[in-house]
Amino acid sequence: MSTLLEVSGVSVSFDGFKAINNLSFQIGKAEMRAIIGPNGAGKTTFMDIVTGKTRPDEGRVIWGDKSVSLLKMSEAQIARAGVGRKFQRPTVFEDQTVFDNLLLALKKDRGPLPVLFYRRSAEDVDKVHALAEEIGLTDQLDRKSGELSHGQKQWLEIGMLLAQEPQLLLVDEPAAGMTPEEREHTTAILVEAAKTRAVVVVEHDMEFVRRLNCKVTVLHEGSVLAEGSLDHVTSNKDVIDVYLGR
Amino acid sequence: MTDRSLFAKNPSVLIFLACLGMFTLGVTVFSEAFGSGLISTSFVKTLGKTLCLCLIALAMDLVWGYTGILSLGHFAFFGIGGYMIGMWLMYERTRDIIVTSMAGQEIPPTESEITAAIGNQIFGVVGSSEFPAIWAFSHSLTLQLILVVAVPGLLALVFGWLAFRSRVTGVYLSILTQAMTLALALYLFQNDSGLRGNNGLSGLQNLPGLDEVPQSVVSVWFLWASAAALGLGYVFSAWVVSGKFGSVLRGIRDDEARVRFLGYSVEAYKLFIFTITAVIAGIAGALYYPQAGIINPAEIAPIASIYLAVWVAIGGRGRLYGAVIGAAFVSLVSSWFTGGQVPSIPLGFYTIDWVDWWLVLLGFSFVMVTLFAPRGIGGLFDLWTGHMAPARHGQDLGPDAGSLQEQEADQ
Ligand SMILES: Nc1ncnc2c1ncn2[C@@H]1O[C@H](COP(=O)(O)OP(=O)(O)OP(=O)(O)O)[C@@H](O)[C@H]1O
Ligand SMILES: [Mg+2]
Repeated sequence: MSTLLEVSGVSVSFDGFKAINNLSFQIGKAEMRAIIGPNGAGKTTFMDIVTGKTRPDEGRVIWGDKSVSLLKMSEAQIARAGVGRKFQRPTVFEDQTVFDNLLLALKKDRGPLPVLFYRRSAEDVDKVHALAEEIGLTDQLDRKSGELSHGQKQWLEIGMLLAQEPQLLLVDEPAAGMTPEEREHTTAILVEAAKTRAVVVVEHDMEFVRRLNCKVTVLHEGSVLAEGSLDHVTSNKDVIDVYLGR
Repeated sequence: MTDRSLFAKNPSVLIFLACLGMFTLGVTVFSEAFGSGLISTSFVKTLGKTLCLCLIALAMDLVWGYTGILSLGHFAFFGIGGYMIGMWLMYERTRDIIVTSMAGQEIPPTESEITAAIGNQIFGVVGSSEFPAIWAFSHSLTLQLILVVAVPGLLALVFGWLAFRSRVTGVYLSILTQAMTLALALYLFQNDSGLRGNNGLSGLQNLPGLDEVPQSVVSVWFLWASAAALGLGYVFSAWVVSGKFGSVLRGIRDDEARVRFLGYSVEAYKLFIFTITAVIAGIAGALYYPQAGIINPAEIAPIASIYLAVWVAIGGRGRLYGAVIGAAFVSLVSSWFTGGQVPSIPLGFYTIDWVDWWLVLLGFSFVMVTLFAPRGIGGLFDLWTGHMAPARHGQDLGPDAGSLQEQEADQ
């Protein structure tokens, strides 16, 4: 299986505090990966590095078939290259309708001029409706997204992520604030997405991780502590000590 | 939900155009030149100038209200537009006068004698008679009209590129735009800036070659032109903000990092809107100053751009008609107060003279609007259309009730 993203030897520190310490990580083109680890382990910071929000002090981040370095690209360029991200705290455009949020995310030319002259095609509207159907927000399309519940905002952000049709989905705590049924649905969406693309999920909920049924990477103090199946890592003594045993 | 026409999506555009048309017709019918004369020529000019201020307020609303860039420099672009048209007006009219006065001479003057005489006439006040290089195109109306849009556009492009590229945002960007304005004003104040220093350009109300047309007629012409420009500007702005582009702009205003992670180049969008609004401001200025008759560097002083922000805030930013209402209302009330027409209030121990106290009142209103009516005057229309944002006090209702409107949930 060819590698889509390769992170190697990456370190970053904030005011002398090493949030990421010589981290290496790889993921293939159609692979699901769960990342777990205690609070402050550096899971979100890892995503910040891949998406260009935080620049690492050292290390390499290599992307795709052409093996380009993401470190020289801007956030927008990285996103256009095919990295989509869902934030830990749901961030949607609260002042705009659910429809507009999804339309904004739809994979299309992002330049100012094409956007200025953009006209909604029936095809795009259908896509938005299909996405809304998938995330259960069909009835809310005309509602301002600021009026949605926390869980619905999570859904909307997942919908926006899918709308971008990225090759790599970075999903930070998607199930927070969701009911058990909603969690199940989220799992289904992510598993479906991972059939054709790479998906990295950060989650604290072990039940959720178990249902993803995938390889797990355990982060601790900015580096990989263990990697393997969920059963494998949960029986690892270090993991029990720093994460599970508390 | 495919795209409907611009007017179907924004009924307010048609309403606005209708109001503007009726206003223009009304003023024409009561003007001295074309009607009963109820409205004096000077007031027609005031109204025409107000329309230009409304146009620049629209530009400010696009850049601030919709995109969240608090530019305190747009009056610089307005002033540049005025200077560019003023150069032609002044050159051409001085030339007319000189040619007429020299016509009586026995030996017809040569072209270079005429040019020297014009130079002497225009630059005598700053102790010079040479034409500075920036006047190279002043003989041509077409070229100067191109400069009306090109100079503000280019300045905004270069300035914006430098500022946005290094991700200067918020207060720092406002300060930077303010510094640009101040630098430009200080430069223009110098006698050797080539634009007559603090004398500025004057006599702009006289249109070259149209000496026999009275000002009462010219004033109405400019009113029409200003109304047309405002109408076009309004339709253009509505078009820009109504589609996906507007969606991106509002996204940038509310959460610019999120827009970046969707793959939009935020800097390119900011640069685009900053430049286009600078051009609109330049056009507004080019229509304003021929009605004002004079332009000098004081017009570009930083305070002017701050007023602009105040108008838009009081009118209601983030909605186009709000900006127009704010500019029209505040600038008209302001000229009423500062014109000395408002009776002073004697308090016995002190007399409130509105010429001095108007600014205090304006500042107070600004603070009040910001604190208690952030939607400004335009927000009043929401009461009428019942189009209110839910008062949710920033709280989610939770996973189950969250899909209900607040009043539904209360039931
Ligand atoms: N911009 C920043 N400046 C300073 N410190 C930071 C910054 N970003 C992250 N950190 C620190 O880096 C460490 C790792 O943070 P990170 O958000 O990546 O953890 P996490 O694994 O996502 O935790 P959680 O499970 O709570 O979301 C934390 O100690 C955090 O305080
Ligand atoms: Mg985190």
